[in-house]
Amino acid sequence: MIAAPNKKIGWFDVISYFMLAVFCFSVLLPFWDMLLLSISDPKKTASLALRLWPKSFSLDAYEFAFSYNKVPLAYLVTIGRTVCGTALTLLLVTLAAYPLSKRELPFRNYFTSYFLIPMFFGGGLIPTYLIIRKLGLIDSLLVYILPGAVGLFYVLLVRNFFMTLEKEIEDAAFIDGAGHIRILFSIIAPLSKPVLATIALWAMVGHWNAWFDALIYIRDADKLTLQAILQQLLSQASSTIPTDTQNFNTLNPDKYVTGKSFQAALTIITIGPIVLVYPFFQKYFVQGIMIGSIKG
Amino acid sequence: MKEIGTHPGILRHLPASGTWKKVRRMKVLYLLMVVPAVFVFVFNYMPIYGILMAFKNYNYGKGILGSDWNQFAYFKSMYHDDYFRRALWNSIRINLLRILIDFPAPILFALLLNEMKHLMYKRVVQTISYLPHFMSWVVIGSFVYHLLSPDMGIVNAVLQWFGIKPIYFMTNSHLFIPVLLTAFVWQGVGWGSIIYLAAISGIDPTLYESAEIDGASRWQKAVRITIPSIVPAIVILFILTLSNILNAGFDPIFNLYNPLVMNVADVIDTYVYRKGLLDFQFGYAAAVGLFQSLIGLALVYASNRIIKRYSDFGIW
Repeated sequence: MIAAPNKKIGWFDVISYFMLAVFCFSVLLPFWDMLLLSISDPKKTASLALRLWPKSFSLDAYEFAFSYNKVPLAYLVTIGRTVCGTALTLLLVTLAAYPLSKRELPFRNYFTSYFLIPMFFGGGLIPTYLIIRKLGLIDSLLVYILPGAVGLFYVLLVRNFFMTLEKEIEDAAFIDGAGHIRILFSIIAPLSKPVLATIALWAMVGHWNAWFDALIYIRDADKLTLQAILQQLLSQASSTIPTDTQNFNTLNPDKYVTGKSFQAALTIITIGPIVLVYPFFQKYFVQGIMIGSIKG
Repeated sequence: MKEIGTHPGILRHLPASGTWKKVRRMKVLYLLMVVPAVFVFVFNYMPIYGILMAFKNYNYGKGILGSDWNQFAYFKSMYHDDYFRRALWNSIRINLLRILIDFPAPILFALLLNEMKHLMYKRVVQTISYLPHFMSWVVIGSFVYHLLSPDMGIVNAVLQWFGIKPIYFMTNSHLFIPVLLTAFVWQGVGWGSIIYLAAISGIDPTLYESAEIDGASRWQKAVRITIPSIVPAIVILFILTLSNILNAGFDPIFNLYNPLVMNVADVIDTYVYRKGLLDFQFGYAAAVGLFQSLIGLALVYASNRIIKRYSDFGIW
């Protein structure tokens, strides 16, 4: 930024502030639109009227969404995979990164290459699918957690971070008689909170947003994640929605749900947690990019 | 590594005798790596073996090793496969358009943000701009289809207000690509600007001060100081983007495309998915995937060489 602030507001400032406001508006518009669709009375929104402000208010779509048997289950599945997957990733990444960060480890280069090469070359979609199938992970909840558990980029990040820590702390602990494992968990880990937090957040977002693994590996509808259900709705692969909404409407004469309002409500409850939470953790996400781009 | 006496050949390159002592001392560290290494072996290295399928006429009964070699039959048929060639050109075309539109957008955004004097406004704008990055393409697809819907979408509502008939955006093969690019920009402009803003924040403020003293205008400061300082970041990211020219991305396309726009929308990733997992042509799909991986690898390697020559750091 310019060192001496200029208090005068020129025409350029006006235009740029305006353009940024328009930009913000266009970013938020889809969210607002979807939100309105989910809480509006579907009968009244069938027209083309511009919907910038709610004209009616009804939570029927949400009621349907949560009573719809797949959704609460999917919520559980999604939360479960996010928590377990992130925990496993943090553990495995730390276990791999710590030895790799020790410059005096014999054969260190070979091991580092071992963990780095798959970042650039892999089997591809079909061979990976076949391995998963061979392991019996098709239609298993474990398929959400195991395949991606060791994030190779994360290993690199954590390793680099460990390498920046002062060696004296470890040496002092050695002299006191601590072993490697003790040092790792009691000393190094607490010191690495920033990078571990960053990885945890990235992993959580990744799990929360994951849908493709559900699409290709899961057959049982009870094991789907929220995003997978949303994806099915979007591609109209699920043909039971029209009948299900009709049943709901018949059972509850004073409520009314359409496929569209349900889809909107589902979208909102799927992205809700992320939207509400990400501003507070912004700092960690951004910092992750910084660390990642200044690679040794 | 010590040379061990004058023994010829392999003994000359044995690690020094102290090394094995070190290994014993640090054996716990090796043990720590075992579990992650096993995961990586199973899920990252074992599939590489499956690449052999691209070169064989895979017979489920005989397995991969027992099946006959196919003399690169899949690669030959790829050349004649119209759908593959279509997917290939679509991938390249989409990525070239992205370079034209989606690549500069975060740069311009960063430059614009940099001119903001009101810090609070700037931070709010930035926070809002990051939001699309956290959305999955399923959600973005949901937004896009809804916004552009002929009967309920806002865009068509606005058009109708001007007296224009509703446009069917998503099924129109001329409009699909612009919509796709807009979605890319919407998602990436805020997040992509982070790197450039980081580079800009590293600029020495005294450069601006002395420019101010020399009477430089705001425009001149931006062009002569700010932009040249982010050129390294731009070059690196540009070369990396270029090396991904065949990877148009599965997620965006899959969630936005539909049968009516296949001729422009189908890319290599979606083609491999359909051929492999829906048509069960495992061998052929593996071959196409391998083709994409190899070219990508070659491009990444070449671009890393170029980056290394331009500056003194690289990806590895």
